[in-house]
Amino acid sequence: MIALLIRDMRLAMRAGGGFGLGLAFFLLVAVLVPLGVGPESATLAKIAPGILWVGALLACLLSLDRLFALDFEDGSLDLLVTAPIPLEGVVAIKALAHWAVTGLPLTLVAPVLGILLNLPDAGFYWLVVSLLLGTPALSMIGAFGAALTVGLKRGGLLLSLLVLPLYVPTLIFGAEVVKRGAEGMATSTPLALLAAITAGASALLPFAAAAAIRINLR
Amino acid sequence: MDLHVTDLAVARGGLTVLEGVGFSLLPGRALVLRGPNGIGKTTLLRTIAGLQPAVAGSISAGAEAIAYAAHADGLKATLTVTENLAFWAAIYGTDQVGPALEQMNLVELRDRQAANLSAGQKRRLGLARLLVTGRPVWVLDEPTVSLDLASVALFGDVMRGHLARGGSALIATHIDLGLEADVLELGPYRAQIGAGNGGAFDAAFGEDFA
Repeated sequence: MIALLIRDMRLAMRAGGGFGLGLAFFLLVAVLVPLGVGPESATLAKIAPGILWVGALLACLLSLDRLFALDFEDGSLDLLVTAPIPLEGVVAIKALAHWAVTGLPLTLVAPVLGILLNLPDAGFYWLVVSLLLGTPALSMIGAFGAALTVGLKRGGLLLSLLVLPLYVPTLIFGAEVVKRGAEGMATSTPLALLAAITAGASALLPFAAAAAIRINLR
Repeated sequence: MDLHVTDLAVARGGLTVLEGVGFSLLPGRALVLRGPNGIGKTTLLRTIAGLQPAVAGSISAGAEAIAYAAHADGLKATLTVTENLAFWAAIYGTDQVGPALEQMNLVELRDRQAANLSAGQKRRLGLARLLVTGRPVWVLDEPTVSLDLASVALFGDVMRGHLARGGSALIATHIDLGLEADVLELGPYRAQIGAGNGGAFDAAFGEDFA
């Protein structure tokens, strides 16, 4: 299991692994939005939580189609299915590796980009907390979508269409946490719902994704 | 580990391609599957390896006794030869990376990235994976594709070593590996078109169109 985690992270870091892709996209969004919206700091402060969450979500989506497709193409997925570790574990570990190379870096750079968007001071803490709690759900839901589309050539578009509706609750509650935090209101309700989505996705979706892979490999 | 296959029927894309297949594979023995392209050799091997369910019949050995190697080697281009092999060794919980590299004549290439290997060298690395699985029953689909004569002979030696240690092998190949192997011709097991294949269609539409 650990070996799989290390391999996936190593592959992502090596040339062509797509490690910087999500981060670069997130950076572009955060830089371009203030240029498009204009320099009114009050407007920016108001939309900053939403923009940062949408940017992080789309950045996560970018690298999802590679999650199982690469292993499917070179035959590793067949070999992993016949390996002595359970496929549910393989899915969970691959989602964890995806989070470690996309969700976690996004969470870490988000405060810096928050400055660009004039996020109120009180919001920075909640931005990091909400992303830390919410991005694992993005990776896990994405792994499920990737498992559904694994045998398809150019399945990226279908994957996005399948996954985006499932991302909506995470986005709503994630952005709500930051918005309320920035305005100094209580954040415990959206935070609890965000954590519930992550916990539920991590508990259930590995089984669904493993079943989808088994069917797709037939 | 004995492998007994009884009255097995396998399907590809919803169509039954082989039915009534039965054989026994005992430790130390190799069985070569022969038959024309498209008869279902790969489908049969994937079913035995546990990658797809059988339509009918039974397979005695559990999937955890079987090491499967197919057309694709499962190599990662940006990892080195040693890293590729060490990953599979870790997954299977063995530490046979060094001996496997030696047996497949890959020691000199150990630090090279898999992307820079020739097709034959990749194939040798893919086959070296079998040695690190430590599993007794090898299920091989055309293992000698893109290997030169010397490498085929090398792999023949590895196979003999595996059989001598009490392992067994089920191989779909057209090349003589220089092994003492039983041969199973798949021709007689070809599923009869129309007998059972049309069933689903008839069940779905037959009454309305009859």
